[in-house]
Amino acid sequence: MIYDVIIIGSGPAGLTAAIYTTRADLKTLLISGVKWGGQLMLTTLVENFPGFPDGIQGPDLMANMRKQAEKFGTEFVNDNFTAADFSKKPFKISVGDKSYESKSVIIATGADNKWLDIPGEREKIGRGVSSCAPCDGAFFRNKNVIVVGGGDSAMEEALVLTKFATMVTLVHRRGSFKASEIMQKRVKENPKIKIMLNSELTEILGEQKVEKVKIKDNQTGKISEMPIDGVFVAVGHMPNSSMFTGIDLDEAGFVKVHDHYLTNVDGVFVAGDVHDNQYKQAITAAGYGCSTALEVQKWLEDQSS
Amino acid sequence: MADLNLTDQDFEAQVLKSDTPVLVDFWAEWCHPCRIVGPIIEELAGEYAGKLKVGKVDVDKNQVANNYGIMSIPSVLLFKNGKVVATLVGAQSKDSYKKEIDTVLGN
Repeated sequence: MIYDVIIIGSGPAGLTAAIYTTRADLKTLLISGVKWGGQLMLTTLVENFPGFPDGIQGPDLMANMRKQAEKFGTEFVNDNFTAADFSKKPFKISVGDKSYESKSVIIATGADNKWLDIPGEREKIGRGVSSCAPCDGAFFRNKNVIVVGGGDSAMEEALVLTKFATMVTLVHRRGSFKASEIMQKRVKENPKIKIMLNSELTEILGEQKVEKVKIKDNQTGKISEMPIDGVFVAVGHMPNSSMFTGIDLDEAGFVKVHDHYLTNVDGVFVAGDVHDNQYKQAITAAGYGCSTALEVQKWLEDQSS
Repeated sequence: MADLNLTDQDFEAQVLKSDTPVLVDFWAEWCHPCRIVGPIIEELAGEYAGKLKVGKVDVDKNQVANNYGIMSIPSVLLFKNGKVVATLVGAQSKDSYKKEIDTVLGN
């Protein structure tokens, strides 16, 4: 069987696209990945998604979007995408040893947490190093933790951790945060959060788990050590684009877009954080998913006429 | 079966003194990625019935996770002869779990 469209990714962009393509009666397959739902699955209360005046839990929002996509007939593959062959039509998408054919493809693989890439970090993921305060925060009851980053996600991680930890130190390499004013205000007013600006981690130390870190003062160049139980990394995201052969990327690894939703391959479209280096919001990803789905519909009609 | 809810009280008897290797899924109610792993583990329990014991530990109700330095869930640990022989942190694909199980079982 040949699908009309295969969507790779199950965040707001992919699921919104699926809602639109299925409602347009296009035969739609969505490769969700094992960890489906995207970045919002690692959050708590989402307060800026319109329609939820009291906010909604990120994982609940994604479960709702998924239900909505299923309701209109989206087929799901709950496994990780492994390879795509865009060299001939129909396109071939592989998931492990299974493969699926489609007339068109929407790449909506989003972005994953970026790590610091400093010594001692990788091997201690799950042993004190984390990227998900709502997931792991409870293991840091009455302990001291560091959050690294200066954007909204760093602020959220720090605030979530105050519910468990004794003290949260927010470390940022620049002199000021780029987070939204409302999030910055909440952080600054929280007595459990200590702010360290112009500072960066250079090494994470410990035998079995995180025990201390080395912190460099970016103004003096002085490196000091600080005992700590956990390090939460929230320094931005990397687009999940490297596994697509033949698709043009920009210098930062984002899929290069032509006219908002086209890649360099005819019939392969893109939506959401995998190409969006600017807004990176759940609602913008959903918006991209919608407009890309409409363009796919138009493209398929043009092909058959 | 994955319905085997392990506790601090029976962990030693069920896991450490088990004749067959044991897979233990450390989880909690509030952990969303755990809900993704749960059904995969149940499938594995069925597929490896008789060869592998499969159980889960609610980290909110039990302290035993501390003995194994668990600071992130879901964490899936494989035990053989009372010792940890494999650790998988975070939600993984069914194949990744199978690969580790097969290695432990010597398949």
